[in-house]
Amino acid sequence: MKLKFSNIIQVLGFMILRLCMICVLLILVVIFYDIITKGIGVVSWEFITKPPVDGMTKGGIYPAIIGTFFITMITAILSVPLGMGCAIFLNEYARDNGLTRFIRMSIRNLSGVPSIVYGLFGVALFVEGCHFGTSILAAGCTLGLMTLPLTITASEEALKTVPRAYREGSLALGATKWQSIWTNVLPYAVPGMLTGTILGLSRAAGETAPILFTGAAFFLPDVPNSVFSQFMALPYHLYIMSTQHHNISLVRPIAYGTALVLIILIFAMNSIAIITRYHLRKKGIAHG
Amino acid sequence: MGKNIRMKAEGVNFFYGKNQVLKNITLEIHDHAVTAIIGPSGCGKSTFIRLLNRMNELVLNTNLEGDILFDGESIVGDQMDPVELRRKVGMVFQKPNPFPKSIFDNIAYGLQVNGVKDKDLIEKKVIESIKKAALWEEVKNRLHDSALGLSGGQQQRLCIARCLAIEPEVILFDEPCASLDPISTHKVEELILELKKDYTIVIVTHNMQQAARVSDYTGFFYMGEMVEFDKTEVIFTRPRDKRTEDYITGRFG
Repeated sequence: MKLKFSNIIQVLGFMILRLCMICVLLILVVIFYDIITKGIGVVSWEFITKPPVDGMTKGGIYPAIIGTFFITMITAILSVPLGMGCAIFLNEYARDNGLTRFIRMSIRNLSGVPSIVYGLFGVALFVEGCHFGTSILAAGCTLGLMTLPLTITASEEALKTVPRAYREGSLALGATKWQSIWTNVLPYAVPGMLTGTILGLSRAAGETAPILFTGAAFFLPDVPNSVFSQFMALPYHLYIMSTQHHNISLVRPIAYGTALVLIILIFAMNSIAIITRYHLRKKGIAHG
Repeated sequence: MGKNIRMKAEGVNFFYGKNQVLKNITLEIHDHAVTAIIGPSGCGKSTFIRLLNRMNELVLNTNLEGDILFDGESIVGDQMDPVELRRKVGMVFQKPNPFPKSIFDNIAYGLQVNGVKDKDLIEKKVIESIKKAALWEEVKNRLHDSALGLSGGQQQRLCIARCLAIEPEVILFDEPCASLDPISTHKVEELILELKKDYTIVIVTHNMQQAARVSDYTGFFYMGEMVEFDKTEVIFTRPRDKRTEDYITGRFG
């Protein structure tokens, strides 16, 4: 009798868990279905290679794609080396004391700061403080700062997966700490570090709030010609097409098209992360 | 210090934080001999051997009192570069820890980090080391395969070869057979006896039979103290301390 009862509990339990999974999947499917069906009609070669025309009621989103590409590059240039370097220092060199624990805690807390706050901070530091003006550089740096906590945390986690035995093994062979890290720790941590970093970048590419005050423009007929130019960006373009445009219902399809392109871009970036990790792992002789 | 003493611990106390794990250890390690350190788990034997190549420095909040000498020179202070020391005092770990590289690259690694660039020389030394570690016949046709594909016993002999390649003077074995089967254990033990001719060896083991088989001198550690140290035959036939006798007769441990 008791056995039967626990069987029922088990069946019921797994059913509930399966239901949770199906719910999540369903939400995802509905979102994708909605965006793809409503967006696919406007997406064409013209759409991704031509600027908007006629008060942004026609034409494409080329400047926004280019703008998003450039700010993501700046974000990468700032946050990848800084984040990885910081993670290596924290995990390999820094002593585990009150100070480093405080620093780690602060970094984790920073990743919880709302992105709009980073936007304000970016205005103060980069737009005004560094005299970058509202520009690709200011927006990219702001996104870079926002991504740093993610990059650092992901890189540190990747470093932690490298067994202690590799470090001890190379040190015991007379390697210096520097040699040990460069030749026998980093090669095995880099796939994980890259994955985390690219995921962080793809999040940055989709952010609106931090670029709102730091350089994103409502409309620009041309693509930016320097890092000090203002720019259009996909998420911001989506935002104005859905809320700020003078004829929102008319441009709804363009908004959906923009959303679709943005999702495809981010999906592509994440795929690159996964493929890179797979290849590096294979090269690293099946580590992790 | 006698002529045939390579390393010596003098009144060593060692602490993890406030916890004292070694109490006033004084011990001499003889040249071209195997010194075994035996004792139950947690007696401090692994901690002790890791002091001999300053491996414990990777652990935080430790404190060392007393002195450790290598050829009459102190190795504990700033005047000794731990990297320099580890080139002379090699170590083989409890769990085989080959790097996820090829067999060849595993052994070449130690040479490369020590600045050897000559490819012919590296190849010569790699092959020499594999032969010395009695692994050649098993791997000669797959030197460029992953070292992770070797069996546990082969991996451990690879780690020994890796250690031999940088030509240390002393080799520390930290329970080298703890994760090996009896046949692999036998091979490693034979190898240790062979290596004794050219190297000074210290081996930590909780396996008393192993200590009896391979060592010339044995120290018995218990609860952070060195209870007894003598020639191996004396320890195993006429121990002076009751605790040593109890341990080697299998009454605890």
